Amino acid sequence: MRSLWQWLLPTCVIAGANQAQANGWNMPVGVTDISRDIYGLHMTIFWVCVAIGLLVFGVMFYSLFRYRHSKGAKAAEFHEHTSVEVLWTAIPVLILVGMAVPATATLKNMYDTSEADLDVMIIGQQWRWRYEYLGEDVAFNSNMSTPWEQIRGEAARGEHYLLEVDEPLVLPINRKIRFLMTSDDVIHSWWVPDLAVKQDTIPGFINENWVQINEPGIYRGQCAELCGVNHGFMPIVVHAVEEDEFEIWLAERKEAAEQEAMGVDREWELDELMARGEPVYRAICASCHQAEGQGAPPAFPALANNAQLIDDLDWHIDRIVNGVSGTAMPAFRSTLNPVEIAAVVTYTRNAWGGDTGDAVQPASIAEKIVQ
Amino acid sequence: MAPKLPPQHPLQHSTTAAADGQADHAHHASPKGIMRWLLTTNHKEIGSLYLIFSLIMFFIGGIFALVVRAELFQPGLQLIEPEFFNQMTTMHGLIMVFAAVMPAFTGLANWMIPLQIGAPDMALPRLNNFSFWLLPVAFTLLLSTLFMPGGGPNFGWTFYAPLSTTYAPPSTTFFILALHIAGVSSILGAINIVATILNMRAPGMRMMDMPLFVWTWLITAFLLIAVMPVLAGVITMMLMDINFGTSFFDAAGGGDPVLFQHLFWFFGHPEVYIMILPAFGIVSAIIPTFARKRLFGYASMVYATAAIALLSFLVWAHHMFVVGLPLAAELFFMYSTMLIAVPTGVKVFNWVTTLFRGSISFEPPMLFALAFVVLFTIGGFSGLMLAIAPADFQYHDTYFVVAHFHYVLVPGAIFAIMAGVYYWLPKWTGHYPHERLAQCHFWCSIVGVNLTFFPMHFAGLAGMPRRIPDYALQFADFNLVSSIGAFFFGISQLIFVLVIVLCVRGGRKAPAQAWEGAEDLEWSVPSPAPLHTFETPPVFHRSHHGD
Ligand code: HEM
Ligand SMILES: [Cu+2]
Ligand SMILES: [Cu+2]
Repeated sequence: MRSLWQWLLPTCVIAGANQAQANGWNMPVGVTDISRDIYGLHMTIFWVCVAIGLLVFGVMFYSLFRYRHSKGAKAAEFHEHTSVEVLWTAIPVLILVGMAVPATATLKNMYDTSEADLDVMIIGQQWRWRYEYLGEDVAFNSNMSTPWEQIRGEAARGEHYLLEVDEPLVLPINRKIRFLMTSDDVIHSWWVPDLAVKQDTIPGFINENWVQINEPGIYRGQCAELCGVNHGFMPIVVHAVEEDEFEIWLAERKEAAEQEAMGVDREWELDELMARGEPVYRAICASCHQAEGQGAPPAFPALANNAQLIDDLDWHIDRIVNGVSGTAMPAFRSTLNPVEIAAVVTYTRNAWGGDTGDAVQPASIAEKIVQ
Repeated sequence: MAPKLPPQHPLQHSTTAAADGQADHAHHASPKGIMRWLLTTNHKEIGSLYLIFSLIMFFIGGIFALVVRAELFQPGLQLIEPEFFNQMTTMHGLIMVFAAVMPAFTGLANWMIPLQIGAPDMALPRLNNFSFWLLPVAFTLLLSTLFMPGGGPNFGWTFYAPLSTTYAPPSTTFFILALHIAGVSSILGAINIVATILNMRAPGMRMMDMPLFVWTWLITAFLLIAVMPVLAGVITMMLMDINFGTSFFDAAGGGDPVLFQHLFWFFGHPEVYIMILPAFGIVSAIIPTFARKRLFGYASMVYATAAIALLSFLVWAHHMFVVGLPLAAELFFMYSTMLIAVPTGVKVFNWVTTLFRGSISFEPPMLFALAFVVLFTIGGFSGLMLAIAPADFQYHDTYFVVAHFHYVLVPGAIFAIMAGVYYWLPKWTGHYPHERLAQCHFWCSIVGVNLTFFPMHFAGLAGMPRRIPDYALQFADFNLVSSIGAFFFGISQLIFVLVIVLCVRGGRKAPAQAWEGAEDLEWSVPSPAPLHTFETPPVFHRSHHGD
């Protein structure tokens, strides 16, 4: 039994390490120079551990077989040996110094965020990511797009179950991109294994990290810091594209943003606002206030049949624009645009039997935000 | 230095000690029934209370873990909601750390330290009673938060702010109170242990004659006294943020969420050593006993323990490699963490060398101690990997970390506790534990533990974050195996309870010296140890550790 065990452990470790690449048992090598360096460090320290392990467990299991009381083994008398003890303190120190040197070099490289070609702000929010291309006037939210029916087992699960979003982060390859990372509420952590970037997004702080992606592709990751109920449901998708493709994409996004901005000044119909508001509600609000606005008291109040909300439009708008300090309700003034806020306010006032008939205009919201 | 004393066989004192004990006991009528346990100041009874308490909590924490593993058995949400899932992971961690592992070690300390140093009791018996009875209060309170509106703590056992302050459920104030009470209990217990060890050793027993369990506990007690107040401080700051409008950790009010993590881990890292140093002590007693050979490198074991304890104050930010520390800090904490692996390695080498050319037999305590050496070392290896800061950017907050700390805590700390229980049960009950059942418990536990935690390494490396109630499809196989292993391990622990119950009720009679190769003073008193022992101090005879 014991011999089986002695054989099994290293074998399955080694087997795991070798097949790793193909079937996702090991750390991915990734698509940046740094991810390759990190993979190299990981494998080196792993083999160092395997070697020490074979030595130590080798001696141990040898002793367990060889010196058995039942076979009449007599115990030796020795109980210390200074030079051996010094040696097995010193040798590990040397091995560790040998590990520390390349690790230090990699770490220095990871910390060098200077001279970036593009700055992207990454903002963690319960429970989505917001990306802002600094200096480009392009910004959007990225929500998980896996439908809840799949999570509940009411629909077949897709290939990228839980790792798919409505709007991926699009980045050009071969350019140094600096990430500026922060959070609007609790701490999150933006992690894409293939890029070897994992960095906490912390309210009140701006962390920096960077990537330079070598290969185009779609890279998926997840939030890595517990951030509340839907922590498991805030994936990250990075779409790495050729540089010219990126420029085209960016230009399109800019134009779309201008279109949306023009929408602020015109008069919107109730139906239009409802149609625009529903997806916003589902993507942003429903995770706390629930699909039918029923809420989850005491943390998350109900919106459906909420008398105060129905009676006082200004109060209602203020909650959304400015948030409620000291609670989980964030301010949406900078994460949603006036059209979206107007639409979602209209939606909550008219859905689920509210029927106030209020069609809140984006222009009035824009005024409130300026104040 | 005390003069060298004439050699004298320890068994001689024990008879007198025991006789004294019984005579004395007859003098005063002690309270009966429940009051006996509520009011007891006897170190053995309090030790038993601690151990029973921790066993109950081990099962409660275990059930929470099984709820988590059941949900993770396959992708999708089947059994529980994410909100409750978070409460289960949090409660599992809190209960296992503060209510199962720590009290188990304190229970062993209560029972064994006076016996190992030849003291009649703990130095501060009434305080001892108080320390224990704080625990049921603290954890009843903590468990009751699960039934409060908004549910119990759901922010992980590390309760990072602001998730645990601004965004926390209303019950968090009770969570803080519970942790305060548990913290007071730990500090008082630790003070008692320090006082006992420093003042009440048998005449002639120098510090360097103390069994390693005593040494490791002495150092652990100092760690507790140093860091529990930091925990108390940080939860008080949370309390103020939640209830009194301060903004220690609230960025909107000018506070600093990262400060929380620094304070927490300044407590938290020494805390993980609090959970493993006494385990080192137990294993260092058991391996020489069943190898029938003196512990190799007694002095270096003591120095290594002290080195680990000192270094443990300098490594806390290795839990924070991805929070955005300055480069210099990252490097410092990487180097110091790598360094802490050295004294840990020394200990493993010493145990293995103790086995080398011994005369080895495989009684149940030895089985668990040997499994400890192998599996704890595997946990140490993954710790070494985690210490490499650049690589930790990939490992951090994944199942790889979960695998790491479960290897050091389950087949580490908990196996050592079980080894200790099997080792000392004959002393406590006067009977040997049922050998076949104990072996069965051992093999089931070994299989269960590895089935549960080994695949977690792969899941983590492949990219599965921790603390998620549902996962992408490529992690399904790992999780399936883990969940099966967890249920197998959990159910196997019922055998442990069975063995203990059978052993208390009867079994093969154990002599005073229950194990042939055992050396320390506890084996000089009869089995079962009478309620009062060493009322006249034994004369310590120095056959073992020092020279
Ligand atoms: C060779 C010795 C060890 C080294 C170098 C080491 C290193 C580390 C590192 C770097 C982390 C942080 C990983 C991360 O979050 O990214 C960690 C986590 C942890 N370690 Fe160890 N460790 C060692 C031994 C131990 C021992 C003996 C214990 C307890 C008995 C322990 C318990 C833990 C726990 C509980 C965590 C995770 C806490 C959490 O985030 O919930 N470690 N270890
Ligand atoms: Cu998260
Ligand atoms: Cu640590």
